Amino acid sequence: MNGFVYLSNVVTLELDSAKCKGCMMCTIVCPHEVFSIVHKKSVIVNRDLCMECGACARNCPEGAVKVKSGVGCAAGIINGLLRGTEPTCDCGEGGSCC
Amino acid sequence: MLADYITGSLTTTAGTVPRISTSWSIQDILNTIRVRWAIGRMNYKVEPGLYAVGNPHTNSDVFVTCNFKLTFDHVRKALAGMDAWMLVLDTKGINVWCAAGKGTFGTKELISRIGKVELGKCISHRRVIVPQLGATGVSAHEVKEQTGFRVVYGPVRASDIGEFMKHGMKATQEMRTVQFPLWERLKLIPVELSYGKYYLFLIPALFILLSGMNRRGYSPDLAVTDGLRATLNLFVAYIAGLVITPMFLPWIPFRRFALKGLLVGWVAALLLSRFHLTGVNLVEIVSWFLMIGGLTSFLAMNFTGSTTFTSLSGVQKEMKTALPLQIGMAALGVVLWIVSKFFAL
Ligand code: SF4
Ligand code: SF4
Repeated sequence: MNGFVYLSNVVTLELDSAKCKGCMMCTIVCPHEVFSIVHKKSVIVNRDLCMECGACARNCPEGAVKVKSGVGCAAGIINGLLRGTEPTCDCGEGGSCC
Repeated sequence: MLADYITGSLTTTAGTVPRISTSWSIQDILNTIRVRWAIGRMNYKVEPGLYAVGNPHTNSDVFVTCNFKLTFDHVRKALAGMDAWMLVLDTKGINVWCAAGKGTFGTKELISRIGKVELGKCISHRRVIVPQLGATGVSAHEVKEQTGFRVVYGPVRASDIGEFMKHGMKATQEMRTVQFPLWERLKLIPVELSYGKYYLFLIPALFILLSGMNRRGYSPDLAVTDGLRATLNLFVAYIAGLVITPMFLPWIPFRRFALKGLLVGWVAALLLSRFHLTGVNLVEIVSWFLMIGGLTSFLAMNFTGSTTFTSLSGVQKEMKTALPLQIGMAALGVVLWIVSKFFAL
């Protein structure tokens, strides 16, 4: 079910295909099928499905993917605004909060 | 006292490792419900470290997970019938997804935990299976560089572990993607409902108190009748934002959560006004549409934190316009509502 699309054209995801070696790591870690490998290179095929979790950038051995990752959560952003910090989910030691 | 999921121990070259059961006790089931309903959500964790499932040997696989007990329980249940190791990271009792976002389920903790339990001594291969949602915090190539262990990303859901192993550690696209079906959304509702905390009592109390005001002074009778009506309206707005909107999320038009919430809120307000619950004079009716709309919209927007598809940039963009409007609507609504008190009678 990929029926959930959030806003279009807002995410900060960037892919430098010159650096990409086609290792497929980004396609493995992405929970929303944002990438696909075409001719041994990764391409962004579902940009608007990206939730900016940052898994791709952290796991690309070539440093070809960049994304400003963070919590896509209104409460977290409000928290950040109130404290003057980056958005942070303040779920303390809780469990299934964010 | 030993935890009831520990059934014995196993002696390895790196010391003794507790052996754990793959089935849930009554206590586990009860606790799961408790945690879901956010009763005593604090401190539901297990000791980090290495655990044995079945009769693992030096060639058995290692499954990495967090120390939030609910997750730990799901993983050990999924490993039923297997001989495997479980490497539990210290995530301060937080689930994999949240902990990976915060970095506690991350490269550093994985590397140090591999060292602490002397994993290299217990097993002969050099491979650990990390849940895919942990990838946000774990850098596979860095772990490999520093420990020699290769990170294999397993499926998103623990329940798919069996299938994943059967297919030679290959996850299907379906196992790799995060979904957000009705059932998942329903499971979040109990936690959502506790969102208001003490405001749930404070705000209705305030409304009841203010309801007594009228042109002629103060009427305790009015405080009860109008106050209870106000409480009901607020309660409906609360449910509209925290239960109805999440439940019908994919079917409600608009992509912005604030708009989805506003729509649901106004439909609710419309229903309430059909039964004259939003009052009889126009000023009060308008005030209720503003208050319910603002509140429901705000609560719906907060649900972005529980979803698995909203991006930070998206939520920031949405909030920039929505938050001032929601606050404005609610504030104007309250003012109009107080004003309307002096129209009646
Ligand atoms: S992880 Fe990096 S190098 Fe590998 S396919 Fe993706 S972009 Fe290319
Ligand atoms: S940030 Fe997350 S959702 Fe976006 S492309 Fe990377 S892995 Fe996929």
